Amino acid sequence: MKQDIHAIEVHNLTVSYDGRPVLWDIDFNLECGKIIGVIGPNGSGKTTSLKAIMGLLKPSSGFVKIFGKSLDEVRDRVAYVPQRESVDWDFPASVLDVVLMGRYRGTNLFRRSNKTDLEIALQSIAKVGLTEFKDRQISQLSGGQQQRVFIARALAQQADLYLMDEPFVGVDAATESAILSLLQEMKNQGKTVLIIHHDLQTVSDYFDYLVLLNTRLIAKGEPHEVLTKENLSNAYGGQLTLLSKIVDLIRQNEFPVREKGVDL
Amino acid sequence: MHSFTDFFSFSNANVVYVVLGMICINASSALVGTFAFLRKRSLIGDAVAHSLLPGICFGYLVAGEKNPVLLLAGAFLTGWISIFLVDYIVRHSRLKQDTAIGVVLSSFFALGVVLLTYIQKTGSGNHAGLDHFLFGQAAAITRDEVSLFVVILVIILTVVVVFYRQLVLLSFNPEYAATIGLPVRLFEFVLTSLTVLAIAAGIQALGVILISALIITPAAAARLWTHNLKWLMLLAVVISIFCGVTGAYISYARTAMPTGPWVVVTLSLITLGSICFAPRRGFVSRYYIRRKNSRKITDENILKTIFKLPGFQNQDTELTFTRVNLTEIRPFDTKELHRGIDRLIRRGLIQKSGDDFVMTTSGRKESARIVKLHRLWEQYLLRRTRIDTDHVHSGAEAIEHIITPEIEAELERELGIKGIPEDDY
Repeated sequence: MKQDIHAIEVHNLTVSYDGRPVLWDIDFNLECGKIIGVIGPNGSGKTTSLKAIMGLLKPSSGFVKIFGKSLDEVRDRVAYVPQRESVDWDFPASVLDVVLMGRYRGTNLFRRSNKTDLEIALQSIAKVGLTEFKDRQISQLSGGQQQRVFIARALAQQADLYLMDEPFVGVDAATESAILSLLQEMKNQGKTVLIIHHDLQTVSDYFDYLVLLNTRLIAKGEPHEVLTKENLSNAYGGQLTLLSKIVDLIRQNEFPVREKGVDL
Repeated sequence: MHSFTDFFSFSNANVVYVVLGMICINASSALVGTFAFLRKRSLIGDAVAHSLLPGICFGYLVAGEKNPVLLLAGAFLTGWISIFLVDYIVRHSRLKQDTAIGVVLSSFFALGVVLLTYIQKTGSGNHAGLDHFLFGQAAAITRDEVSLFVVILVIILTVVVVFYRQLVLLSFNPEYAATIGLPVRLFEFVLTSLTVLAIAAGIQALGVILISALIITPAAAARLWTHNLKWLMLLAVVISIFCGVTGAYISYARTAMPTGPWVVVTLSLITLGSICFAPRRGFVSRYYIRRKNSRKITDENILKTIFKLPGFQNQDTELTFTRVNLTEIRPFDTKELHRGIDRLIRRGLIQKSGDDFVMTTSGRKESARIVKLHRLWEQYLLRRTRIDTDHVHSGAEAIEHIITPEIEAELERELGIKGIPEDDY
């Protein structure tokens, strides 16, 4: 892996729901081997940015490159941890069943799970401290344990880049410290981790680099550069009322976000 | 009993077709129904079933007769369009899925009835039996249709077995499935097509209105018995086949009885039974758990009261008491007290001696243990929370009954207390 290649390059990204831009002209490059936090108030487009990077949402303009390539070329090197609430945990499956899903490859549908897959899955379960729960039904886990199942599934993918959507929400102290020490371990192995986070109190402890969003990119850089009074009040303080008025106008009139033929 | 042996000797060709047909139809729909259930799309079966009717009529109009393959093709086409429309409406309008299903279902069904009436009124060709699609007529299953149903079952079974893991992942977490590069749209298309196929196969036997029960009910009933997906699927298939054969038998044994409705009635009975009797989740088992708890509470309250008897602390003399001794310390419901003491006698904690009762050694130990748990919890509440001393006792009253030995050990360690805490509130 060449050092000058960015783990993620987001170029002029705009994503709209119902004609309403939720992410608008976002532009950032993220270095490899860092733990990166994406922060911003509720509804600021944090999850949308992750989904756009993972190709789950189609951008209305702009593009994303991962390790300098398109997502399809490097899919096996990227692991995604969705929000815990995004699935029904009453689904009839055990912890091991879910973590083994991390060993599936979309490109080879006929490949069966083998012994190596099982070993990797069990190691991943051990890393998040759930070994004694490996055969337990996922419906019988606590919220924190469920979050760790999702992280174990991503670990089983043995990727180089991990994208996690709010892994610290609603977890107990044990889970939080388990995740944090995992992050350190991953960083030491040269992996890149992008995490959506909402708790400003802890950001400077957790992250090497921050991206502050509120529909637009408000700030990016090291925590001390980003966490200034001005940036935070721009993102959280309701200083952007003009921006949200424009967004509402665009939606009501089904107006295009960008004129045709404007160079990006 | 004659009809029973007649039926299961399968000497009557008609019986064989009906039974084979029901087995294929029910197994197919239970398999696809499990995935519909897991994806919380159970109602889609209803929409598809109603939407098949216009397709069947088109198939008839094209063929000019009841050609099973053409009818199936027509049904498949409109059934598929209906699912596509439901998804399209959900994705591109503000309407939610329930509304979209309602709209699509009723419009397609209306169109189907219009076409059906037209075919019957114009009276061209042999359209006898076309109205079976409304209410179902299992007895009319022919040999050709059985072969068609077998093919459909084999297709569904093959896809489910070969792509089991992908289908499970798709049902559990479609977004994640997309991120690992699984062709989610393709698999959704496959699942949808299989659902339409299964419903199209069963529609003549069960009818537009009842067929959706075969999709929804078996998986719902099976879910109450197991957490294991493979068992769930197998159980759903077994339940559905059992009901299919039962329905066919009832209709055979009693001339006036229909097959399809009886299949659905037995399915519903099994589901109802599952809701009542399923382990842990069922009404009955929850009733037993609650009864067990309330007995445990009574027994332990009696033991705790015995601890307070004046002679308890004197280990050397025998502790004798009467029921009145206990009710003087703590009010008990007379009936409950009688039963509780009987249970304690059976457990060997109390012995009967004439009209009085005597505490055994193990009884004394158990009494002391309950009091210890109660007081440990009082201490925990006092030290860890801001609780007034006059509320501590009532706060510990219920908790002492559910403290496990592990939690007991942890409490002792955390509070640094050994034995029974001195303070009593």
